[in-house]
Amino acid sequence: MQSFLLLALILLSIGGYTLGRKRAVAVAGGHIRNLHSLPSFYGSYAALWCGLPALIVFAVWATLQPGIIIDLVVAGLPPELRDLPPDRLNLLVNDLKNLVSGNIVSSTPDPAMLAAADRYRNLQVIGNASLWVVVMTLAIAGVAYAWRAISPTLRARNRVERVVDLFLIASSTVAIFTTVGIVLSVVFESILFFRQVPITEFLFGLQWSPQTALRADQVGSSGAFGSVPLFAGTLLISGIAMVVAVPIGLMSALFLSEYATPKFRAVAKPALEILAGIPTVVYGFFAALTVAPLIREIGAAMGLHVASESALAAGLVMGIMIIPFVSSLSDDVINAVPQSMRDGSYALGATKSETIQRVLLPAALPGIVGSILLAVSRAIGETMIVVMAAGLSANLTANPLEAVTTVTVQIVTLLTGDQEFDSPKTLAAFALGLMLFVVTLILNIIALHVVRKYREQYE
Amino acid sequence: MSTTAIETKVALDQALNLDTAPRKQSSVEVTDYNNRQTVGNITVDNPKMVCRGVNVYYGEKHAIKNVGLDIGANEVIAFIGPSGCGKSTFLRCLNRMNDTIPICRVTGQIRLDSDDIYDKSIDVVQLRARVGMVFQKPNPFPKSIYENVAYGPRIHGMVNDKAELDDLVRASLERAGLIKEVDKRMGEPGTSLSGGQQQRLCIARAIAVNPEVILMDEPCSALDPIATAKIEELIDELRENYTIIIVTHSMQQAARVSQRTAYFHLGDLIEVGDTDQIFTNPKHKLTEDYITGRFG
Amino acid sequence: MNKPTPAAGAPAPLNRDIKTIVNAGLKRRHAAERHFRWYGLIAISLGLAFVVLMFANIIGKGYPAFWQTYIQVPIQFDAAVLDPDGKRDPQTLANADYAALVRAGMRQLFPNAQGRLELRALYGLVSSDAAHELHRRVLQTPALIGAEQELWLLASANVDTLVKGNIDRALDESERPIKDNQIEWVNKLQAAGKIEKQFNAILFSNGDSREPEQAGIRGALMGSFYTLLVTFLLSFPIGAATAVYLEEFAPKNRWTDLIEVNINNLAAVPSIVFGLLGLAVFINFFGLPRSAPLVGGLVLSLMTLPVIIIAGRAALTSVPPSIREAALGMGASKLQMVGHHVLPLAMPGMLTGSIIGMARALGESAPLLMIGMVAFIVDVPKSFMDPSTVLPVQIYLWSDLPERAFVERTSAAIMVLLAFMILMNGLAILLRKRFERRW
Repeated sequence: MQSFLLLALILLSIGGYTLGRKRAVAVAGGHIRNLHSLPSFYGSYAALWCGLPALIVFAVWATLQPGIIIDLVVAGLPPELRDLPPDRLNLLVNDLKNLVSGNIVSSTPDPAMLAAADRYRNLQVIGNASLWVVVMTLAIAGVAYAWRAISPTLRARNRVERVVDLFLIASSTVAIFTTVGIVLSVVFESILFFRQVPITEFLFGLQWSPQTALRADQVGSSGAFGSVPLFAGTLLISGIAMVVAVPIGLMSALFLSEYATPKFRAVAKPALEILAGIPTVVYGFFAALTVAPLIREIGAAMGLHVASESALAAGLVMGIMIIPFVSSLSDDVINAVPQSMRDGSYALGATKSETIQRVLLPAALPGIVGSILLAVSRAIGETMIVVMAAGLSANLTANPLEAVTTVTVQIVTLLTGDQEFDSPKTLAAFALGLMLFVVTLILNIIALHVVRKYREQYE
Repeated sequence: MSTTAIETKVALDQALNLDTAPRKQSSVEVTDYNNRQTVGNITVDNPKMVCRGVNVYYGEKHAIKNVGLDIGANEVIAFIGPSGCGKSTFLRCLNRMNDTIPICRVTGQIRLDSDDIYDKSIDVVQLRARVGMVFQKPNPFPKSIYENVAYGPRIHGMVNDKAELDDLVRASLERAGLIKEVDKRMGEPGTSLSGGQQQRLCIARAIAVNPEVILMDEPCSALDPIATAKIEELIDELRENYTIIIVTHSMQQAARVSQRTAYFHLGDLIEVGDTDQIFTNPKHKLTEDYITGRFG
Repeated sequence: MNKPTPAAGAPAPLNRDIKTIVNAGLKRRHAAERHFRWYGLIAISLGLAFVVLMFANIIGKGYPAFWQTYIQVPIQFDAAVLDPDGKRDPQTLANADYAALVRAGMRQLFPNAQGRLELRALYGLVSSDAAHELHRRVLQTPALIGAEQELWLLASANVDTLVKGNIDRALDESERPIKDNQIEWVNKLQAAGKIEKQFNAILFSNGDSREPEQAGIRGALMGSFYTLLVTFLLSFPIGAATAVYLEEFAPKNRWTDLIEVNINNLAAVPSIVFGLLGLAVFINFFGLPRSAPLVGGLVLSLMTLPVIIIAGRAALTSVPPSIREAALGMGASKLQMVGHHVLPLAMPGMLTGSIIGMARALGESAPLLMIGMVAFIVDVPKSFMDPSTVLPVQIYLWSDLPERAFVERTSAAIMVLLAFMILMNGLAILLRKRFERRW
């Protein structure tokens, strides 16, 4: 229905373009030279007048309509339903929507609901019909305006280019809005959370058990929201990952850039980078179904008790995932060290490994540190591997054979499944998200800064 | 000037192969019968390095063509010639720096004293310790001044303790004429020095391993005149202890610092001789053209 | 041999013979060199071994899923059961007890089966989908009613697993999902040639299901398709426009610096945070439906934007300034210069970047979990608003299920996902090779 309207609008705009073009040629008396701009600009001018205002109205209307209809329908409900508490009312509205779309509803609908559903449908029909009328009128009016405005002296090119400029500028601000959106959404919900749970408890508490009870009188209904075990778990798993990824990634990069023949490099480098392209869910599957049981068996053979969701398995696989990240970043950094450094060292009679260890690595150190920081931030924010292979219970331990949980795992468990939106449980997820965002942002800013300074040094 | 160059070289190579003892004199006397042959008497007393029939290829490109040259001990010899003539390439053959370039191939014979430096038995590590090199652009390591100079002795295990190393570093800096300027700032990074100081630091770094020969690849091209003058003065002092081969773009510099000069042109060694003679009375037309500034 | 004469006051070490000194350490140093080289080689081999291991592991687990076990059962399309009043009324036909036909067929195969428990075990050999299959056939050709046919019916997941050799027959009966008598029947069927493996079309034609043998990835594939379509339609134009603006039009000031820093940082924000944004803004604030590809696409396009912008800018900077000067020199406006000359030349690079970004978006699952694309959805989505899931999330959902048949299917789904990713990356490489220009 709405996509048809969009299609109609596009067709109208194309029509507007041809009309505008023809009109321009006509007013110029067939001599394009008389026109200020090329005829196609007049066409675009008309098309923009046709499509743009209509599209804006369409977008605003389509966003607002559902909310307005709901409000109207709720206002028309019998008072006993209308005065329900907000969360019950929400459920009711949900039922209503299901009723309208013809899905099965949990309980047999009562007449009031059925009436409301009818009303809802009616309003929808009315709304859509008026939307059609308004949008089409606007589009046609736009073309008409453009038709009248087109004259040889109209600076159509400048006008059209102005609109394109605006579009470009608007596009470039999307990135800013994304950041603002992220910050606002996590900060806003976190503030709600910190109203219910003191921020000090969240930051320094050693207990994490977000199970809120179904009934208020149940035991442990309050839950505990101390995030320290989560961050400890995250650090443990990321630490294991870095122990795997840094030596392997760094040595691979060194080998590829200093020792490997160009042929070997041409094959091995992209092959290694395949690891970076594999979706994390695949790593998670690999960790949970292959690596974790393997580690358990090896542990059992050595007489060790290994949890089936050990931090070691998740960390190990996460390390594998990060290898290409470390290696390609280090590769860039190592290649940025000027050849003259190597020459200087070789000319003194140093062997390759001496040159690497004593000149190259110290010279590249800031850059390597930067890339490792980026890798750490990647590990901390990684979700699927830990969701699938790490545990759910928040243990405060440094033993890699035990199960720990991480920030991202908790965000996922808290937010999947049906939850009311303003319980501390769901809000806690946003508070964790805020922490995650802040930590990774700081790491990234430091890392990018270090890497950039390092580059400048050799440019 | 009686035989052709090729005959002379062949005869000499045979003689060299038989005799591996250090020679007191080595000589190639060549004549000019076309543009492709070296002229000049390249006899030296007490030869340090002897090159015969050296060819260098970069992939398909023939960069150095059959060059024969003797370099005497404790002399400063300058390589001059227009850019791209192969003088730097030839210089880099002398301590096998061309090994680091995969497509580069070297044939012929280069001897350091009695050792054929391209022989399998020669370790490039050892060779480079004996033949040091200073580059066009100062390239101090991103380490402290002290560590820059200490680098060579450390990797070669030349010193037994810290005190010995201290002495060696100070002595090298002194020889490079840098000690007064850096005495109080040994811990500062090498890159904090000025360009000329950096270049002298690189010279100090090279002489810290006590090489026999020092190769200098346009060591002053990135420096201002005052710094250049200091380096030239230093080269003159170093001649006492080392054989110095310097590639330079500036004829004046060659005239100032070297005893002998070799002129390269498009991969050929055109003329070798005493610096005075080359600059006042070149035997070859190409050399003359270059000297008089007809091209370059 | 010429010994350097020591300068005044130079210490002794300078006079020692460099040749002997270096020689003394050579052996040790070359050994260290070899070791170091070995460490490098080991590291890169380990890395490459992981690649091979993962692929081998997944392909090894997943390839059997492309075949599915079928049992040949004699089916009597009994008119009395299907259409007692003979009117061929679709309503009656739809509600008929097709399962009874399957059960009768099974009893016909093994008349000796007696008792409630044994019969249930017997009926358990074929999938519950068999009844639906019969229904579909009857609806297609109503003439079947009254006829008898030997039909290949979908075997249950347990039989499938057994036939593929993934159930240890030596285990105690109570410890395996399939009973002794069932194994015996399967053996008999195999001996009679009434069991065979066919290409698993169900995997590609069905949506999700609780029964492994009926579960397919079509729903997830369509969900991924709609999601990626939204992602591409949003992120490519916006990303390209941003790249063009920053590279060609933007003045160098604090604002554009801010945008640049912002883009670089967004590229490194954990994907799950984008999921939180989607949940808070698109679903809770704008009230868009949960689980919809539209929302998924919105979230993923915000995630992909930095990738496209960065690639786009790289493509634009690689167009030499001389082309811009030439266009401006001919009197083109700045926009014409970009539109006619710079953009067409940069387009392959931009597309390459976008395809790589799309491939990454295709593999992304964490943010989609946040916006509810993780529900159990049987129906194949038909629009941008239908609740749906995507391929990686489907993998995540299946990986949680304990049945061996689901492990197999998860691996198969991973293989399909990887195939798409390889396809997309291959396309990007091809595009780059084909249109790469060196200036």
